[in-house]
Amino acid sequence: MRRVGASGWIGLALVGAFVAMALVALAWTPADPLALNLRARFRAPGGAFPLGTDEFGRDVLSRVMAGAATSLWIAAASVALALVMGVAVGLVAGFARGLVDRLLMVANDALLAFPGILLALAVMVVVGASPGSLILALGLAYAPSVVRVVRGVVLSLREREFVEASFVVGNGPVYTVLRHLLPNCVAPIAVLATSMLGFVVLSESALSFLGLGVPPPAPTWGNMLSAARPHLLSAPWLGLVPGTCIALTLLGFNLLGDALRDWLDPRMGR
Amino acid sequence: MIGYVLRRLLWALPTLVLVGVAVFVLVRLIPGDPVQVMLGDAASPEQVADMRAAYGLDRPIAVQFWLWAERIVDGDLGRALTNGQPVAALVWERFLTSAGIVLSAVALAVAIAVPAGTFAAWRQGSLADLAVVAGATLLLSIPSFWLGLMLLLVFGLQLAWLPVVGYVTLSEDLWAGLSFLVLPVITLTLTEAGVLTRMARSSAIEVMRLDYVTHARAKGLPEARVLARHVLPNAFGPTWTLVGLVLGNLLGGIAVLETVFTIPGLGRLLVDAIFNRDYPVIQGCLLLTAGIYVVVNLVVDLCYPLFDPRVSAQ
Repeated sequence: MRRVGASGWIGLALVGAFVAMALVALAWTPADPLALNLRARFRAPGGAFPLGTDEFGRDVLSRVMAGAATSLWIAAASVALALVMGVAVGLVAGFARGLVDRLLMVANDALLAFPGILLALAVMVVVGASPGSLILALGLAYAPSVVRVVRGVVLSLREREFVEASFVVGNGPVYTVLRHLLPNCVAPIAVLATSMLGFVVLSESALSFLGLGVPPPAPTWGNMLSAARPHLLSAPWLGLVPGTCIALTLLGFNLLGDALRDWLDPRMGR
Repeated sequence: MIGYVLRRLLWALPTLVLVGVAVFVLVRLIPGDPVQVMLGDAASPEQVADMRAAYGLDRPIAVQFWLWAERIVDGDLGRALTNGQPVAALVWERFLTSAGIVLSAVALAVAIAVPAGTFAAWRQGSLADLAVVAGATLLLSIPSFWLGLMLLLVFGLQLAWLPVVGYVTLSEDLWAGLSFLVLPVITLTLTEAGVLTRMARSSAIEVMRLDYVTHARAKGLPEARVLARHVLPNAFGPTWTLVGLVLGNLLGGIAVLETVFTIPGLGRLLVDAIFNRDYPVIQGCLLLTAGIYVVVNLVVDLCYPLFDPRVSAQ
């Protein structure tokens, strides 16, 4: 085990800050993120509006906070869904091997053949734009990479003595897989899930930017950016604020994921 | 070598078939009757029945799939509902636009990432290494569409060096066409260089620990030659694989960037088709993108043994 470097702590601080911001936003925001105020349109940051106001006079700080809550909870739910599906399929494929494994992996490769956001787009066509379908779409899009990781770990471990020993003492396959193989997948899954959270935040904002994610007026960082496009020159803060939030969140998850990987797998470090 | 190629080719086939099944099922999952959508609300029941028969929609689902797959293999993707253009030609034309941007950006990104990553690995732990890693991680974290917007704000709106809206094809006017492509290519190059640099660095570090590199140094080879002749070829594999994944992902993800820069590419076509519920076009875009993804990764894998003979030996 190695020590966690400075970058890991920066990552943790960034992620912690945004999670805290999201939690606060659930209970309190400086102003109502949806309240229109046509007299206070396009106010520059400062004074009563620390981050300015948008084209409808809505407080950008409040919207960014509410957007953090939406983006992070959608990301967490999507990753959880991807993990549940991916771990289940990965365990079965790796443990069963043979024909079952072949079939599952061909299906998995076909799913992987849809670049993440494209698969999400396709699912959104079928189920329509809403937070629930977004979670389904992103969960489906990211499950195949979980399958790959879990299957790899199970394949490499299933011939080991502790698995055989579990059978010898009379444990069934289900118990053996859950009790002895699953815990070995936790470390790589934790690393994957952390960086996946970042990618899911990015995908969600990209879909919302395209108008296929969370529908307005509910604020997300993606649809705020999309709404800011026509006003970039006159009100650049409208583009800067949500974009910086996405980038910093992503940076946080990336740094945290790297630190977690180095910490759990010292071989990769310097 | 030939065995490797054949195995890899055979492995791609079921994936392609499943991609087809997935798109077929997906398009049928879309709520609403495609015949009703195509004919509009005013259609008489006879018209609906005729069209159903014409498209084979009254046959069993397995037969439908077979007929559908036959048409696809023949290159017939139907006609767009919105303007009646043949989908195959439309999708291909848009694909070429997107592919040009993606390919030039990825080529530039590799040209930046491999030297930068190798250099950082060589000077591992130094300030220069730290700067490269920090820069790459930062680039990796910036959403491409936001970087695009910001570049557009600075170079398009404030400095007015480059056009903001619109698009001209290269064949119409070479210089004007290029001026529309500069910002999207720079944006993609920057964001993709981040991922690739990190991969190039970590694989170069792995290789530099190996005994044969120590041996090459011990026999007195200059560092530049050790890096170029011994480290780089062996460390390039993982980066090359990542290039395949990046290319495929970009084709799917470029829709956002094409929206920012108003480029009529494949991604934009798909998103517009989704908004217009233009099912033949949606189907065509999905099939082409997923198919290209499989083919790109196949080609990447097939090229792998060219610089890493260990792969085909296995």
